[in-house]
Amino acid sequence: MNQQGTVLDTVSDLGPSRRAKFTRRVLPFIIMAVLLIVIPMLGPSRTALSLLNAIGINIVFALSFNILLGQTGLLSFGHAVYFGLGGYTAMHAMNWIEYADGGFWGSYPMFALPLVGFAGGAFAGALIGWPSCRRAGIPFSMISLGIAELVAATGLIFVSFFGGEEGITGDRMNGVEMFGLNLGQVHQVYWFIAFWTFVGTVAMYAFTRTPLGRLTQAVRDNPQRVEFVGYDPQQVRYLAFIASGGFAGLAGGMSAVNYEIFTPEALSLAPSGLVILMAYIGGIRYFAGPILGAILLTYMQTNLSDFSEAWLLYLGLLFIAMVLFAPGGLAGVVIDVTNRLGKPGAVQQFVKGLVAVATGMIAFFGVVILIEIAVRLTNGHGEVFQPFGIGLPSTSLMSWAIGVCLVAIGVFGLKFTTKQVGER
Amino acid sequence: MSEPPVLSLRDVKKDFGPAKVIQGVTLDIAPGERHAIIGPNGAGKSTLFNLISGLYRPTSGEITLRGKTISGVKPYRINRMGLSRSFQVSNIFSNMSVRENVRCGVLYSMGYGYNFWRNIGNLIPVQEKTVEILDSVGLIDKADQSAALLAYADQRTLEIAITIASGADVVLMDEPTAGMSHSETDRAIALIKKATQGKTLLIVEHDMGVVFGLSDRISVLVYGEVIATGLPEEIRNNALVREAYLGDEAELPGVEA
Repeated sequence: MNQQGTVLDTVSDLGPSRRAKFTRRVLPFIIMAVLLIVIPMLGPSRTALSLLNAIGINIVFALSFNILLGQTGLLSFGHAVYFGLGGYTAMHAMNWIEYADGGFWGSYPMFALPLVGFAGGAFAGALIGWPSCRRAGIPFSMISLGIAELVAATGLIFVSFFGGEEGITGDRMNGVEMFGLNLGQVHQVYWFIAFWTFVGTVAMYAFTRTPLGRLTQAVRDNPQRVEFVGYDPQQVRYLAFIASGGFAGLAGGMSAVNYEIFTPEALSLAPSGLVILMAYIGGIRYFAGPILGAILLTYMQTNLSDFSEAWLLYLGLLFIAMVLFAPGGLAGVVIDVTNRLGKPGAVQQFVKGLVAVATGMIAFFGVVILIEIAVRLTNGHGEVFQPFGIGLPSTSLMSWAIGVCLVAIGVFGLKFTTKQVGER
Repeated sequence: MSEPPVLSLRDVKKDFGPAKVIQGVTLDIAPGERHAIIGPNGAGKSTLFNLISGLYRPTSGEITLRGKTISGVKPYRINRMGLSRSFQVSNIFSNMSVRENVRCGVLYSMGYGYNFWRNIGNLIPVQEKTVEILDSVGLIDKADQSAALLAYADQRTLEIAITIASGADVVLMDEPTAGMSHSETDRAIALIKKATQGKTLLIVEHDMGVVFGLSDRISVLVYGEVIATGLPEEIRNNALVREAYLGDEAELPGVEA
């Protein structure tokens, strides 16, 4: 009895303390739940709610992608395949619910449609993962690219399932209601998205804490050693692939309810590429990274496109800048800053950091001017770029000179300030 | 040797293209035996380990573990049959903590194969076994350190800890003391003796003092062939062995005595 007591004490002494466990593993989810509940109380507009719904879907999608990239070390170029196939399955189920005459679909609540998406995505993952997971590294990536092309082409060929170019539509206001939500208005859909975003996030976090979740990280770091502790790395990859496909399908199911339409475009390389950017810009080494990336990129996608025709160019620049200067992504930057805050000299470093950011902004403004006047020069609409009311005609040499000067000042300033930070 | 051998190699050969690295090795290891493989550099010692542990498939010949064929079987299956190995170059999970490294070694043997519905932190038997192993190898104080930041000797110890974690009763160790100082070597050998108590140990080792102090029997591998197998005394006085080692490894300890 006594002996067992001491062993158990050592067990709980090892690893993080109860307090650390709470602040690191439970508290973030409480904060997330509170945020999700508080947001609608602030009276957001319909546009804001649709943006939030899109963000929720992308959070689940990006997190599911990171099960592969961040956790298992598999870079897939075709993750939208599982989002799309899960979404299509959910879309068909939506129609089965609508036309159900009793039976299973007659009593299936529309609210639970993402589970159908999960099943569809996981099934697609089980099917496609079987050949793909035989290899890791570059061969895996190439196979995923091939399959993405294949499925995207298939989407236009099999009209009965994918609905051709118009896709498949449905009506979410059918079936049994859950939680008193008929999913008619956008704020009702918000609760649906919030619920599944929370459930998906918690479930994917829990997955990282299971024996299999731990082993995926072992396989990422050292597949050979995994073989010599009794595990088949191929099997570990395959199971992670199915889980990842399932959660991508969950996001697809959420999307089906939110937009009530799925087109073959959802299977294409464009969303597959976007999810890579979301995860990477957010930070693939941290669980919360893809969440940040999904929020930022969805926001950019919806709002930046109103400001500039060239928003994709900015997205590309952001991605390159992150890869070069902050490989830990947004989450890495946040953690780095908080780690430095408590240390001596934090204020000085903080000021220097601010100066660096300011000089960086100067360079960024220069880039924006150059891009915008170039766009206006080539699109032939004859508009004039007017930042802060200052007219910068594309044909004037002065505009170009201002742009180049700002970039030069910013870059030199940045070099100077970062050098000082480094010397400290 | 009245008992049937726990590990048995029958005329095992391995070619890499034209290079015949292992040229017909026949070897029987008795249960509970501590058996050392020695030989000059490039003799094929590590290749032999890779063949037994399943990393390579023999070109011909047969390897059996407790009477079951393991030549050509995948490493993870051989591991599940109770054969575990360490590596010459530390082969650990460097992004994990020391504790998590050992836990990876423990998991399968505790029956939590590909489990994805239990919280790993709540698997008390797994935690207990992990603590027990960390304690026995003396890494308990460093349990929460990142494996990548461990000192070299500690990484080697962690390598041994992962190897014994599954509780396999046939253990292969590939130069566990490579690169260690004298005092570190002594500690590592004491640890290996303790950890493989009652188990079968097959060890590749360069330090002749260690080899002759530790092993029940010794095999000498030269150019992919076992030129001698026997008790330490027999090996010490074997003319062929002395010839193979002349000029290379200077002398065998105690030869002149």
